[in-house]
Amino acid sequence: MCSLALVPADYTQMKINQMENKTMEGLQIVVCGTLVPDPLQTLEPVTTPTGPGLKNETMLPSVLDPWAAHSLYEAANLAKKVPGSKVYLVSLGPKAKLQQLMMTVAQKVPFELVAIDGTAGGFTDAMEVAKTLATAIEAIPGLDKTRLLVFGGCASASRDAGVTMQLIGEQLGITDQFVGVDEISMSDDGSFSVLERIEGGQYLASTCAGAPAVLAWATGSLPEPPNNPQVGMANMRFVMPALQKAQPAAVGVGGINFEKSEVPAQKRATRIVKDVSADVIAAEIVEWIKG
Amino acid sequence: MSTVERMKMEADIVCVGFGPATAGFLTTLTRALLKEDGSPAFESKVMPGMPLQIMCYERADDIGFGVSGVVTKGAFIKASFPDKDLTKEIPNAVAASDEKVAYLFDYLGVSQRDTGTKFVDAVFKGGRFFMGKCPEAAELPWIPPFLRKEGGIVMSIGSFISWVGAELMSSGLVQIWPGTPVSEPVFEGDKVVGVRLVDQGVDLQGNPDPATFMPGMDVHAPLVVVGDGPVGSVGRKLDDHFGLPEGNHQHDWAVGMKAVIELPESCTLKPGTVIHTLGYPEQEIFGFMYVYPDRTASLGIFVPSWFDSPVRTTYTYLQHWMQHPYIWRHIEGGRLRSWGAKSLQESGVRGEPYLTGDGYVRIGEGSGTTNVLTNSGVDEAWHSGVLLAEGVIDLLQRGETFTKANLDATYVRRRREDKLNADLQKAKRARDGFQDGFFKGMMGTGMTGMTNGAMNVSSQSRPPSQRIKTLLETFAGRISEEDLAAAVAQCAKDKQPLHDTLMVLAGWPEIKMDGELLMSHQDVLFKGGKVQAAGGFANHVTFAHPEICRTCKERTCIEICSAQAIMPGEEGEPPEFDREKCIHCGACVWSCSKALPKDPEKSNVLFGAGSGGLHSNEN
Repeated sequence: MCSLALVPADYTQMKINQMENKTMEGLQIVVCGTLVPDPLQTLEPVTTPTGPGLKNETMLPSVLDPWAAHSLYEAANLAKKVPGSKVYLVSLGPKAKLQQLMMTVAQKVPFELVAIDGTAGGFTDAMEVAKTLATAIEAIPGLDKTRLLVFGGCASASRDAGVTMQLIGEQLGITDQFVGVDEISMSDDGSFSVLERIEGGQYLASTCAGAPAVLAWATGSLPEPPNNPQVGMANMRFVMPALQKAQPAAVGVGGINFEKSEVPAQKRATRIVKDVSADVIAAEIVEWIKG
Repeated sequence: MSTVERMKMEADIVCVGFGPATAGFLTTLTRALLKEDGSPAFESKVMPGMPLQIMCYERADDIGFGVSGVVTKGAFIKASFPDKDLTKEIPNAVAASDEKVAYLFDYLGVSQRDTGTKFVDAVFKGGRFFMGKCPEAAELPWIPPFLRKEGGIVMSIGSFISWVGAELMSSGLVQIWPGTPVSEPVFEGDKVVGVRLVDQGVDLQGNPDPATFMPGMDVHAPLVVVGDGPVGSVGRKLDDHFGLPEGNHQHDWAVGMKAVIELPESCTLKPGTVIHTLGYPEQEIFGFMYVYPDRTASLGIFVPSWFDSPVRTTYTYLQHWMQHPYIWRHIEGGRLRSWGAKSLQESGVRGEPYLTGDGYVRIGEGSGTTNVLTNSGVDEAWHSGVLLAEGVIDLLQRGETFTKANLDATYVRRRREDKLNADLQKAKRARDGFQDGFFKGMMGTGMTGMTNGAMNVSSQSRPPSQRIKTLLETFAGRISEEDLAAAVAQCAKDKQPLHDTLMVLAGWPEIKMDGELLMSHQDVLFKGGKVQAAGGFANHVTFAHPEICRTCKERTCIEICSAQAIMPGEEGEPPEFDREKCIHCGACVWSCSKALPKDPEKSNVLFGAGSGGLHSNEN
């Protein structure tokens, strides 16, 4: 995280969304996030009868997409600070795999799951995914867009189109969108300020008069919460019914052709060192890359 | 830490560890939890009006992580799924077909072979012309019935457990929580009233970090089902509390180290092929190769506790075994996909602990279910869970409580009357001969197997710590005393284990890494095992008496460590443990050459509940 430290100079102040100020109510924070194959696994692209996929994909262990996971932790943290708030996790993925993933994710922070049964292999069109997620968000009982913040990752570890969150916002008619977010600070009146990553290691600091808004998160600043069995038990009251209710979604089933897919070549010579300065390690890596 | 205020939760049944035994237990139990109309068959005692609250806590970060490929007859497992063809249900499973047992010759002439083994070498070399043609090995023309796996299944236990877990969780009747190590049983006198989860937000020594400290929760339940394997923290603490029944011991162990390999296109082995090897890289080390569908194979070796050398790095031996011409011809040009290791409790039924007590019950490998004659453990562990479930259902239906007497009258009675126990009793003495070496061990296993346990070879059993040789004894005649002392000193200075250096000095060739099949130990940890560990947990490997470690010359814990997580520290100091690398195989516990001063049955290595480890379910 040190390379992502706040840069105080040279940022632009923006004031957008001239909604009238109001006293803050509890937020409805909807986090869009699903599973990706555990990036540590041996991932090998293959062509399947239904299009591109990964070898042994059904067997691969899954994790919550890391960027989406950061946004979930930030959402929970924000909900804790704003009384009356609630976090929803909207997940589009194969039902059985979502179920297994939830046994880990549900122990982290409190949320209510909205599950959609469909492929999460990454070989999908960002627009069809966005439409599916937006439809699911619109269907959340009691949804109040004046209190709605839509969270998600600005990227995905599965296949990074980088536009899904913006497209969800468009589908929901939300025009205040922030991409590459690392921090949100709420004011008592419901307005909030956001730090977005921009080029050159700097941040764009913005203020927004209030919900609704879309925040596509970078990494935020929170560590992964420990597994808390009580949180898990509380979440399970919603997880199993949500999975049972999950409707199939027609994503990744045609209409788009992938000509080629590949994973980056790996060159590996692992050595674990501790108590060595970053400079020494960097110099060694440079030498190693030079070969 | 006893004064820490802990959150408390109530459940009806809490299970520790989600391996084959607990999977068998929950599969059988959940089928009885609903009436025909879909309403709960039993009401929760702790949450009146609700169905039974059943929790299972698994240490690994996901279910199915860190276990291994097997061939099993699977008769008990199949009986639990009479309407299903498991080879079609479980990913990558296949029916066992072509079985081979191969005696590998020491083609390099570098292994340690005693007189008996040299005799066996001569017999096989003389007889090889009557056996299958293969390089530097002789395939047995006939496999004894007790070793055959015909009709069985070749499968990845990771895939199997993931599959069963998904089936169970989709029922909504049980919750299986991975990434949740259980520290210990909670006692009230001799009664077990629940379990305590490990503390989080602590430093490596267990001291709380005020900002993040989350004391491990106490989960109370009328029944605690302990299926946490041979080195599980709860099982070990129960043994510490109650001891073992008179006459039982847990002296026999092995570490199984395995890899999943993508076979080269040239490989002609058919899916379902089962190969077992003996004789190489050391006479004490056994190997196996099971071929999955889709050109992959699970292969590996077992290093047993009766291999008396203190220098016993399984990974290096695995690499030498893989390069034996008999194996290498099949895998050369392939690619390692996954890797892992685990300890096997090989005392079998002789290592059986007290199976029940007030409020708790033991199942699976840690309860002595491994059949040491047929080399089978998964099916037996599963079945012990099934038998427990039948007993628990019986008690629930009668409204009885989970006292020792009631559990004995239901579960233990079923277990004693079952074929499982009859087979375990026949196998009880099958490995005794190995206490006196490979040759006598093979004779003993053959005798036990061919006579159905009626005749056995006798020997005196000792805990591993009492049989590990010194370095001098191990390398006498192969490395001079001066060279040995110089190598030991250099390794200590470099903070490196002894094994690779001493093996090269003793004549073994250096491993030529290719980055695909043969890679460094650190690479196999991360490329193969995908090992990782979240922060905020204490070290789970510690030394009871560090002063003993300071004087220890063998330091077998370092040499056996499957993951180089235990490494030499500063000279004259105890070894250092790096929890981020540990794969929780537990081999350090039984490989320690130093017994506790007050208890010769226990070693100086303490192995507690830890988080993290392998992240691969392909094994």
